[in-house]
Amino acid sequence: MSDAVAHHPTSTGLDSRKLAFWTFIGSECLLFGSLISTYLVYKGRSVTGPTPAEILNIPLTSVSTFDLLMSSLAMVLALAAVARGDRLWARVWLATTAALGAIFLGFQAYEFTHFVQEGLKLQTNLFGSTFFTLTGFHGGHVLVGVLWLLTLLFRSFQGKLGPDKALLVELAGLYWHFVDVVWIVIFTVVYLIQ
Amino acid sequence: MATAALAIEAPQARSGIRSWITTTDHKRIGILYGVTAFFFFLVGGLEALLIRAQLGSPHNTLVSAETYNQLFTMHGTTMVFLAIMPLSAAFFNYIIPLQIGARDVAFPRLNAFSYWVFLLGGLFMNASFLFGAAPDGGWFGYANLTSLQYSPGLNIDFWVLGLQILGVASIAAGINFLITIVNLRAPGMTMMRLPVFTWMALITQFIIVTAFPVITVALVLLMFDRTFGTTFYSVAAGGDVLLWQHLFWLFGHPEVYILILPTMGMVSEVIPTFSRKPLFGYAVVVYSGLLIALLGWGVWAHHMFAVGMGSVADSVFSATTMLIAIPTGVKIFNWIATMWGGRIRLETPMLFAIGFIAMFIIGGLSGVMHSSAPADLQQTDTYFVVAHIHYVLYGGAIQGIFAGIYYWWPKITGWKLNDGIGKLHFWLSLLGMNLAFFPMHAIGLLGMPRRIYTYDTALGLDTMNLVSTIGAFIVGASALVFLFNTWWSRRKEPAGADPWGGATLEWTIPSPPPPYNFTAIPEVVSRLPRWSRTEMKAIPDVPPEPIHLPPGSYWPLVAAAGIVVLATGALLKALILAIGGGAIVVVAIFAWAFEPFEA
Amino acid sequence: MNEHENAARGHATAGTYLVVAAILTVITVVEVGVYYVPSLKPVLAPTLIVLSASKFALVVMFYMHLRQDHRLFSAIFVVPLMIAVGVAIALLFLFGVLAVG
Repeated sequence: MSDAVAHHPTSTGLDSRKLAFWTFIGSECLLFGSLISTYLVYKGRSVTGPTPAEILNIPLTSVSTFDLLMSSLAMVLALAAVARGDRLWARVWLATTAALGAIFLGFQAYEFTHFVQEGLKLQTNLFGSTFFTLTGFHGGHVLVGVLWLLTLLFRSFQGKLGPDKALLVELAGLYWHFVDVVWIVIFTVVYLIQ
Repeated sequence: MATAALAIEAPQARSGIRSWITTTDHKRIGILYGVTAFFFFLVGGLEALLIRAQLGSPHNTLVSAETYNQLFTMHGTTMVFLAIMPLSAAFFNYIIPLQIGARDVAFPRLNAFSYWVFLLGGLFMNASFLFGAAPDGGWFGYANLTSLQYSPGLNIDFWVLGLQILGVASIAAGINFLITIVNLRAPGMTMMRLPVFTWMALITQFIIVTAFPVITVALVLLMFDRTFGTTFYSVAAGGDVLLWQHLFWLFGHPEVYILILPTMGMVSEVIPTFSRKPLFGYAVVVYSGLLIALLGWGVWAHHMFAVGMGSVADSVFSATTMLIAIPTGVKIFNWIATMWGGRIRLETPMLFAIGFIAMFIIGGLSGVMHSSAPADLQQTDTYFVVAHIHYVLYGGAIQGIFAGIYYWWPKITGWKLNDGIGKLHFWLSLLGMNLAFFPMHAIGLLGMPRRIYTYDTALGLDTMNLVSTIGAFIVGASALVFLFNTWWSRRKEPAGADPWGGATLEWTIPSPPPPYNFTAIPEVVSRLPRWSRTEMKAIPDVPPEPIHLPPGSYWPLVAAAGIVVLATGALLKALILAIGGGAIVVVAIFAWAFEPFEA
Repeated sequence: MNEHENAARGHATAGTYLVVAAILTVITVVEVGVYYVPSLKPVLAPTLIVLSASKFALVVMFYMHLRQDHRLFSAIFVVPLMIAVGVAIALLFLFGVLAVG
């Protein structure tokens, strides 16, 4: 399945692309770690409003969080389907993951426009600057992920996503789950711990 | 070796511009890095000479204050990002696959991509001179001097965007070399049989991929402040200019280990070879490198002892900084112990390696002096720090790089650099650097701050500044001697596979190596294959079976170009250009992903 | 490779994934619930941190497969993660968000 058996013999017996991708994910830990740290050190230091308490919508964001969690489920099911050569379900689950990702982006777009209407823009105060930058970077990552998934879906329809290509789907999955995991942290640190 | 050409499946073109533009061969990419980086080294050197010419006498009017700011900013930025790092990368590229017994790196196109991004990023950054708007906020760009309010021109935008571009190159290369070293070693080459240069390179890549994202964020926040009016570094809005300093130095301190570890690795190859003795305490040298990488994350705020973090923070960072001197010092003892009792040959590579040790000790001592927070309050922001920096970075890193250049030159070109001229280069360089930088210890402690374009004769520092300037020009002359050597020595002293009696795998193959490096992947049985009593199976003269090499590709260059177009759009606030650049990148990525390619 | 072979190799099955998804949902519900319970205010932060860390671990170990994969992958992920967490905590102290005692 996804044990990343190497194409050529490698020193570790592991596929270089999978090792490289985990290294990239390690790097991204520092990227998001720095953005989250910036958010945290500036929390409560805005000189003007609006404040998080006034504007964050917990129920709505809980739904979008749940949506992203379910998208991770769809992703692992997609990988399993590709690995066993199940073309139909591979396409179903890849499409589902992408759709759930797009829905998450929809929630973000709604939230952003709503906040702007309520008077919170990127430049309004420290909360606006840190909030939009952090969640914007995350959303950008989700967007890239959705495009990646749609590309895989397209390849599947071309008949070019057989079990031998499972690693490519696995890497997309690693990316997707990592983006989900970053959101888990953001949801807690930005929305729930105010 | 006539049959060798037949042994390669689908070989890349080996001549013509097109072959260089599409190359995915690590050796060619290494040469590209080396030549480009050396060019930028000369540019940075020229900037240094202008600085020293200006400071050679008090009340000098050679350059204006604004020009001076641009000179020291670009000197620092160029030397760190466009000279030392890529010079190390040149050797990572050329030497690592040879030392581990591989045919190429793990991701050849990503490798080419890193080079093109570096080249175009360096050109982008220097294009600022054409606009009369070279970066002028110091190589560390402190907020809020870099805010739109205090830096309204394009200077800082060039700096921010240029560094972001270069960061992409570094992270991509970092991932590439990390995986190469971990995964492409020849059979029998366990981690503890890796040559020390490759070990230090591995550690450096790990630092790169973890530290660069932090400066990426720092720069993004600055860019947002300047472009979108956010308030990350705005005190009036509740922000803290120290956030910049913390984020920058969280990157910046690991960065200095990125600068020095590779050259420590080079020196660790040269000294055993020219002492005809294995490195003393190989394991300790490796572990100390690992320790430096880890501890390097815990010392960053020693660059901030004067900002008022409080005594607890000051003490903690003082302590961690003193601690990190230990693994660093350990290496020095190991090198000296290697030489002790060895049969030493004082040829040019060895001279530079010994010079490295001596100068790095001096630089390390001033560094340890900085580690005491109260003492540092006197030293910080003065020329004492400039002395420290240049002893470790010129006396250390640059000398180490020259040791590597003289050492591996015959392997890369097939001929040796002249040793007599090399010795002249070494002694001029050593004399020049000590004249240039030693007085700076005194100049700094006697009160001359950094980053001032002129000074008053009443300080009483005229003579010392003049001596320093003369020293700088002697260093410049030594660089010309080196360039002369590269031209004069061309093909005069052909080198065989092993001109020095080296111990590691790169000396088992011809100079220069064939495109496929090894006719057959070696089976390694010891840490020092060519010195070990356990004989390695001989490498055949001719490839026993057809060798597959990867083809070339245009897409790395196209993707790199797209990034720079995107950055230019951001710089000039031209949306069309930015979107166009982004589109080029996206197209290039898809084409790259879908083109038939097997490494 | 079918589900039996998956299970035999120690790989997760669809069943495992569904169970993990269910647990993630439950934890999320608890997190939001805890947020709305006023009496839990004093321990809100530590509770939420523990809960979200659990979700983090579940996704990483099961969906990203680190539990079954070679240890090298775990090392490549965990070391940078620890650096990021360490840096974040240090910054919180340096900016006075957290304080000793």
